Amino acid sequence: MLLIHCPYCDDTLPELEFAYAGEAHIARPADPSKLSDEEWRDFLFIRTNVKGVHAERWRHIHGCGRFFNALRDTVSDRFLTTYKAGEARPDVQTLEAAE
Amino acid sequence: MTHFSGFSLLKNALSGHKNWPEQWPDKQPKGEYDVIIVGAGGHGLGAAYYLAKEHGITNVAVIEKGWLGGGNTGRNTTIIRSNYLYDESAKLYDHALDLWENLSTELNYNVMYSKRGVMMLAHNVHDVQSFQRHIHANRLNGVDNQWLTPKQAKEFCPPLNISPDARYPVMGAALQKRAGTARHDAVAWGYARAAAKRGVDIIQNCPVIAIRRGADGSVEGVDTAKGFIKAKKVAVSAAGHTSVVMDSAGVRMPLESYPLQALVSEPIKPVFPCVVMSNTVHAYISQSDKGELVIGSGTDQYTSYSQRGGLPLIEHTVAAICEVFPIFNRMRMLRKWGGIVDVTPDRSAILGKTPVKGLYVNCGWGTGGFKATPGAAHTLAWTVAKDEPHPINAPFTLERFTTGRLIDEAAAAAVAH
Repeated sequence: MLLIHCPYCDDTLPELEFAYAGEAHIARPADPSKLSDEEWRDFLFIRTNVKGVHAERWRHIHGCGRFFNALRDTVSDRFLTTYKAGEARPDVQTLEAAE
Repeated sequence: MTHFSGFSLLKNALSGHKNWPEQWPDKQPKGEYDVIIVGAGGHGLGAAYYLAKEHGITNVAVIEKGWLGGGNTGRNTTIIRSNYLYDESAKLYDHALDLWENLSTELNYNVMYSKRGVMMLAHNVHDVQSFQRHIHANRLNGVDNQWLTPKQAKEFCPPLNISPDARYPVMGAALQKRAGTARHDAVAWGYARAAAKRGVDIIQNCPVIAIRRGADGSVEGVDTAKGFIKAKKVAVSAAGHTSVVMDSAGVRMPLESYPLQALVSEPIKPVFPCVVMSNTVHAYISQSDKGELVIGSGTDQYTSYSQRGGLPLIEHTVAAICEVFPIFNRMRMLRKWGGIVDVTPDRSAILGKTPVKGLYVNCGWGTGGFKATPGAAHTLAWTVAKDEPHPINAPFTLERFTTGRLIDEAAAAAVAH
């Protein structure tokens, strides 16, 4: 079972308390009526689906109920870090250097 | 290559089965092929077979990063059915079912296709209404599907618990009698043997690093762990790794890769005559010819490339099985494993041409690709050979995510995803 750190509760808890909520840092278009079909496709459907470090949203549904972001390696499923919604994506190299 | 028959079996029995020749040669790549297929699962090997057999294109290589049939072909729960709601899906899956019927004879290889019936349980009013809608839609499309009362369901599958006191009582079931199971490994092996017999090279342990494109944008070949291999046509059939391979050609895919787990019990005597699926308690179960109960459910919630998955999902799956079949609650489970499935936003496959000249794709089968193996392979071969969509795979384009013409089995599929 994954152990996930909620940055709001500041506690590391089992996966069962959390819901996965897809790729992080996908901003809704500022002016939706200006978008072409291709741009809508990219926003709605295209995902990086990266094999490696993935920025993703999680929600602490059985705790504080808040959304936060995480960096997780999709090959090992290891969490590199979690951070609050609205914060910039941490740099992977800085994280690894800090370990 | 030896033709398998009662006579060849008898002949080899007399020499203690020590003189069977290899079923297909393990090839090293040539410098150039007419067509390269990335991924030696059932879908890729099948496409190579139909290219050779129906379109006369035999200068074909199937390139596999691991071993043949070691991906999702060897990891699924072997269920075959075609009771999908939409016309496009019904045509595609029923085309596959038609090919399953004669596959053993066609390949001279016993794929053990067994029409034991797939029964889908309805546990609430919504299930009843949606399954009956499926049954009507299926019948209009010529796909067999029928409604069973709880008592009829129990007659068809005696281990079923139809007690009205159950937490999720059985209110009825949809039964597709023509559906069933097949031996997954044999499908890969049968296609591999039949394709190799017609001159197809099967190259294992050779990861594709990138698809190379020329100055005009069209496909030139693939860079692999065994060097560059030239080909004007490349078809990607790489399941969970499709988006990684397609990225190297500069094509971004509407795919996300999730682990899908399955498990088997210790082998027991025949007790379970069919396949049973339940959306509401969310699990499915059948019994293999070896006697193991084969059990699965939905994907893990997060994307991943680890062919493993998490234990909470196994607990959920087994709890669901014990709910519907209390007789199994003291069974011991033997093994569990995971495969990486590529899921599209509308839960329908992407099968056909891409914006890149000479590049074809067969992906997005999500949690249900095994049943489609012959149909997907057959229509993909058509598209690669003629460079145009087959009437059956024509709706399953990549463009549908731009035009919005989705085939939305996500909300309509007969099984929970």
